[in-house]
Formats: sequence, structure tokens, C-alpha cells
Amino acid sequence: MEQKTKINAEEGKQDLVITREFDLPLELLFKAYEEPEIIEQWMGTKVLKLENKNHGSWRFETSNEKVNMVFQLNGVIHEFSPNQRIIRTFEMDNVPFGVQLEFLEFEKLTDDTSKLTMHIIYRSAEIRDQVLKLPFTYGINMAHNQLEKVLSKLK
Amino acid sequence: MVASQAMTAGAIASNFDTARPTVSKHLQILTECELLEQKQNGREIYYYINAKKMKEVADFIEPFRKMWDDRFNKLENIMKAYKPKK
Repeated sequence: MEQKTKINAEEGKQDLVITREFDLPLELLFKAYEEPEIIEQWMGTKVLKLENKNHGSWRFETSNEKVNMVFQLNGVIHEFSPNQRIIRTFEMDNVPFGVQLEFLEFEKLTDDTSKLTMHIIYRSAEIRDQVLKLPFTYGINMAHNQLEKVLSKLK
Repeated sequence: MVASQAMTAGAIASNFDTARPTVSKHLQILTECELLEQKQNGREIYYYINAKKMKEVADFIEPFRKMWDDRFNKLENIMKAYKPKK
């Protein structure tokens, strides 16, 4: 089966491209990036601030109850063009990866389908690869924390 | 293409409209990344796929891809049920 979400990350480069085609009209796809209540639902995050305008800024907060951690995410919005494009920065607090630049392009395919192309640029190829490993790293950390909990009960 | 059989640079290039040197350059890069391997056979060099390395690259990205795929699936479902507020 063909994968709906594709990632193109060339070896040794400091950027990557995520593409996804949606069974949604362009306007609905863009709305999912525009309305705080909707973002909260699909990103599983709390929207603390979202200024949808050129030179606005944003701040999200994601809590993970399993590992008892809160992640603060923030950035600035460089360009906000409804149904076309969002250019923004993205940074996670308290992690050593620094800031990344994101170009989100929204495209109409047909009346009922649309496409999102997300081009992310990291500061270096090394940082990109570390971020790519992140979901996996968290998975391992979670397992470690579970293990620690179990072990501490045995003491 | 290379996945099904080992091929020479010429045979690979004949499948593309791209100039032969461009194809050679790409093959060289893929070989350097160990995604392709070369095997000398008389005067010809055959290229074949390094399946293990290919899988490594895919495995490495897969959790990240899966994370976005899950998010986007959720987005799609939410927006399909979306009714504009009047």
C-alpha cells in the first residue's frame, strides 16, 4: 500500500520534506492550521498563543502524562498567507536542537483534495538526524522510566 | 530497477532522459552512501542494491514518519467531521 505521508530526507543534508495528500478541500486543510481549537485536537497540544499574521508568534504546550513531562514549543510566524503558505520557526524549550525553519505550502489538487508540503531546515545535518530519531528516543526513554518505576518498587 | 537485477551504468542511464555523466554522478553518490554496491565483471561494472543499508535508512526515518502520519490522519478525520460555525 502506498504511504500517505512521505518523507524525503537525503543523507547528509540539513533539511527534509514531508508531503501529504488529504481527502479534504484546501480551505478545510488550512483551517486545521489556523484555528487553535482544531490544532489542539490533532496535535494533542495546548495552544497558549497563536498570532496568525506576518511577524506574529506562537506558543504551544504539550504534556506527556506517561513520562510526566511538559514540552513547551514556540516560534515566530514570518508569513501567514491563508490557503497558500505559512513560514514559521519552531523551537522546543530545554532541548539542545535550537530553532528550525519551516515552509508550509498548501495546494489545491481537486475540489475535494489538497496537498501539504512541509520543508523543514535545521541548523546542521547532525541536528536534523537527532531530531529524526526523537520519537524513537522518547519511546526508549518512556520504557526506561517505566523500568525505573518498577525497579524502585522492588527496593 | 536495480532492486530486481544488477545493472551496468549504461543500462541504468538508458532508462532515463538524463545525460549519462549525470547518471554516473548519481550512481557514484549512491555508492558512496553504500546504498549501491559495485561489482567488476570483466570490463563492465555492475551496480546492485545494498538492501540492508536501504532498510537502515528507512528504519531510521520510520518512527518520525509514523508520528506525522498519525497526526495527519487525525487532522483528516477531524476536518471531515467539521461543520462551520454559523
